[in-house]
Formats: sequence, C-alpha cells, structure tokens
Amino acid sequence: MVSPTPSAQVPLVDYLRIGARPYLRAHECTSCGARFFDRRVACASCGKQEFRNARVKNSGHVKAFSIVHRAAPGIPAPYVSAVVETIDGTTVRSNIVNCDATPEAVSLGMSVKLTTYPIGTDDDGTEAIAFGYEPS
Amino acid sequence: MAAKKSPKPNIADDSIWVLGTHMTRFGRYPDKDSVDLASTSAIAALQDGGVTIHDMDVLAAGCLLGQGGMAQRIQKQIGQTGIPAYNVTNACATGATAIRTVFLHISAGEADMGIAVGVEQMGKMGLLGGAGSKKEKKVFEPGGRYGAVTGIDGYLGTEGMPGVFAQAGMEYAHDHSGVDFEQFARVAYKNHLHSTLNPLAQYRKDFSMEEIMGAPTMSYPNTLLMCCPTGDGAAAAVLVSGERLKSMPRRVQKRAVKISASVLTSDPYTEASQVQPDVNTLTRNAAAQAYEKAGVAPEDLDLVELHDCFATAELIHYDNLGLCERGGAGDFIDSGAPFRDGRTPVNVSGGLISKGHPIGATGVANIFEVTTHLRGEAGDRQINGAKVGLAHVIGLGSACGIHILEKAA
Ligand SMILES: [Zn+2]
Repeated sequence: MVSPTPSAQVPLVDYLRIGARPYLRAHECTSCGARFFDRRVACASCGKQEFRNARVKNSGHVKAFSIVHRAAPGIPAPYVSAVVETIDGTTVRSNIVNCDATPEAVSLGMSVKLTTYPIGTDDDGTEAIAFGYEPS
Repeated sequence: MAAKKSPKPNIADDSIWVLGTHMTRFGRYPDKDSVDLASTSAIAALQDGGVTIHDMDVLAAGCLLGQGGMAQRIQKQIGQTGIPAYNVTNACATGATAIRTVFLHISAGEADMGIAVGVEQMGKMGLLGGAGSKKEKKVFEPGGRYGAVTGIDGYLGTEGMPGVFAQAGMEYAHDHSGVDFEQFARVAYKNHLHSTLNPLAQYRKDFSMEEIMGAPTMSYPNTLLMCCPTGDGAAAAVLVSGERLKSMPRRVQKRAVKISASVLTSDPYTEASQVQPDVNTLTRNAAAQAYEKAGVAPEDLDLVELHDCFATAELIHYDNLGLCERGGAGDFIDSGAPFRDGRTPVNVSGGLISKGHPIGATGVANIFEVTTHLRGEAGDRQINGAKVGLAHVIGLGSACGIHILEKAA
C-alpha cells in the first residue's frame, strides 16, 4: 500500500521511522529513562541533558479515545483520535485507523498495533507517510 | 435590635478578603469592546466595595486574546493613578492568576488593597479550539519540534479542545469501569438546569437528557450541548488586607468574604502528559494545598464552582477535588450530589457550559459567584446558609488555580 520508491517518501514527523519495518523513535533520557518525541533541550522529568534513541514497541492498547466529528480544515471526519499505551509503557497520541469511527467499533483497552499510510503528495512528488494504530 | 454593638468579626491582620465584586452578564456584546466590558465591571466592583480607584495600590488584568496591555487600557478609562499594573495570561486560568497576583501583592505587604479584572471578547469564534490548523505546504519539509512536514492535528490524534477533554474523560472511564456516556451527559443536564436560575448566564435554557445525548457530536462523548460556548464578558474583584478591613465600618466587614486559600499549580512531569495534557495531577496537587492552607475538608464545602469547559472535564474534577471517593465520580453524579439540592452543589451558576466562558473573565467570575452566595445575595440561585466555597479553574498547558472562600464570622 505504500509507494515503492523510498526516496520519494518522507515521514509526517521525524520520530516516525519508515522503511521495511516502521517504528517510532523516542529520545530517552539516559538518566531517568523518560521518553520524548520532540526535540529536547533537557529532560522534563529530571533535568539532565543526555538522551539516547529508543525504539518504541509497535504493540499497545487504547487508553483513551474520542470520535472527532468537528475536525481541523482538510481532515476527513469523523475519525478516531486516541491515546495509546505501548507494551513498553510509552504513551503515544495517534489516530486509530482501519476501524469504523463509531463508539461501537472502538473500545477502551482494545489491542492495537502500529501501521503507516500515505496522506498526500507535494508538488515535487514526495509522499508524506503518517502512522496510526489499527486493531490487532 | 440588640442594645450593644454586635461582636466584631474575627479579622486577622494578615488575612486577605474580597471587599467588592461584580460580573457582567456573559453573552455577546457586539457594540462594546473588551476595554468597555472590563472597565464597567471594575467600576462596579469598586462601588460594591465602597471604595474608588484612588484606594487601589495595585491592579492586575487578565485577558488571554486581544492586543495586550489590558491593565493600562482599563486605567485609561477608570483612573491613571500610577499604581503598579500587571497584564496576566495563563490559558484558562488567566482570571484566577490575576486574582492571585493581587493576593500576593497584599500578602507581601506591598499593598493594602487591589483590584483584579478578567475580561474576554470572543464574539462568534465557534467552539473553543474546535477548529484551526496549519495550511498544508506545497513542499514537505520537516519543521518544528517534531520535524513535521505538515499540520499533525487530525492525523496524529486531535489537538481540538473538545477531543482533548473527551479523551481525559475516557481515560477516567478506562481506569474506572462503569463511567459512561450517560453520566457525562448528566453533568451537562445539571448545568443547563442550574443556569435557568442565573440572570448572568449566557444561556438559560434547560435541556432533556435525550436532547443533550442526541445533539450533534463534537468529539464523542462530548456533544454540542456538553461543550462551553464562546462569548464576551468581564468580572472584577477588589481585595483588601485584614488590617485595613478592621478599620472599615461593620456593615462593610459583614459583606467581606475571606480568602482562606489561594493556590496556583502547573503540571508536574508525568509520562503520559508528554502527548496528552494531564489535567488531573496539577488539580489534585492544587486541591491538596488549598484544603491544607484553609484547614477545610471537601465535606465542608457548601458550593463548588469548577472548570466544566466540557462535561467530561467536570466529571473527572469531582474526583480530582476530592468531592467523591477515588473512582467514584460516576456514582457521584448519579446520586444527585452535585445538583443544587444535593450534598455538594457544583456549578450552581450554570458553569462554563451554560453560564459561558469568556476565557480571561472565567477565573474572576467564579470568585464573584462564590462570594455572592457566601454573602447571601445570590437571589433565586442562592445556596442557603453557604459558609464555605471553592472556585477552580484549569488552563491547558497547564495551569490550575484554586481559591477557597469563607463567609465572615
Ligand atoms: Zn530524565
């Protein structure tokens, strides 16, 4: 389902690593183990400044969700927004995809796994790849 | 009736009191601007306290949107007396932060009296944070702290307020089984019902459970009738030191309301809060500090005005403020406890959901509401015999303000 030319693809966010086996890369504090997805100056938990790259596990469960009907411009609605806790205890904000956007189709505690999908192509022909979680 | 003077109330020199307060009706004021609203409310609060701008030693103005410099723009309408003026923004806790700024000035001994004003003019913005996102670029180039090639709102979950607070409620439901859509809806049912008694509320219409649950979904489980509207309004409060209050006439002292606790917290590090704002921990921390400072327990509260920006938010704050047992927020609403005739009336003003939420005004209007009940001046919506009340606000980002107020002895 993803286009065959990796050079013409770019991840939606830099913490999504695309390729044969996509995963999320976190900045992990070497001192306390806290994980962050954004560019860091220092650790919000302990204040230390040393980080290593950590590979977040792809499986998890739905900790919270909402069916969003009133969406940002250009975003197809309704969609399922969720907070997912991975099996290694990392919290990720994402959409639930490949799943009906109804309260009946999604449940709290539901098992999910990471997947990727294209969200559009720019004027140079580069395709942006987003991640989501699908029922597993 | 008594031949002798009534006993003097117990006023400690280092205590701090609400002397005068006011709020405009919340709603739409297309013919006024935020300076008009704030100045009108400020003058009314000064008159309510029997003082003038010339008695004020400090002014703090809370206004989140707009062009800034609100404190000085108010001064230019009501009196440029040269006192220190603070412009405060702190998300939805902006108004409470203005109150606390004046409170701290007095407690530091730098002022005897001061005024806090909160205001917002939002017009018809649509739902708070319900829309708005970056425009898609033509070239996907990573930018920002996440190296994003385009706006992520809607691709990687929602950044809209109705959805963020929906998820906060759903996380509570995840952790405490038995909490469901109907209980969240009942919160909105209660607040719409309460607002019918409040002439200052933006909306004063009650709705059935069927109407609330059947209204268009914004972000499940929050329907349109479970979300606060946008609107315009202002509120003001004059604060005075106990030392100064002691020199005032008995009739003024009797209407003064003591601020037993003034607390402001921000969100401490929690793992999950890196991706989804944690509105719980900072509220729990603020509540614990406020109860300890005031020497008051949740059971002592005669009324609570809490930050019901969405119905899902109010439910989890029952738990965060200790109004119910841990995990018991669903049972709490089902039992009727937070209704105006219940054990702990919550948002008898109609709350943000129906009274309205002009952001900067909200945290001052809550002080107005609780003060008015403790004075016994709340008219049709009066909670009879109210002696102790709590006002809570929370702004995403996050900031939480809690004030506990007590009736004069
Ligand atoms: Zn650390």
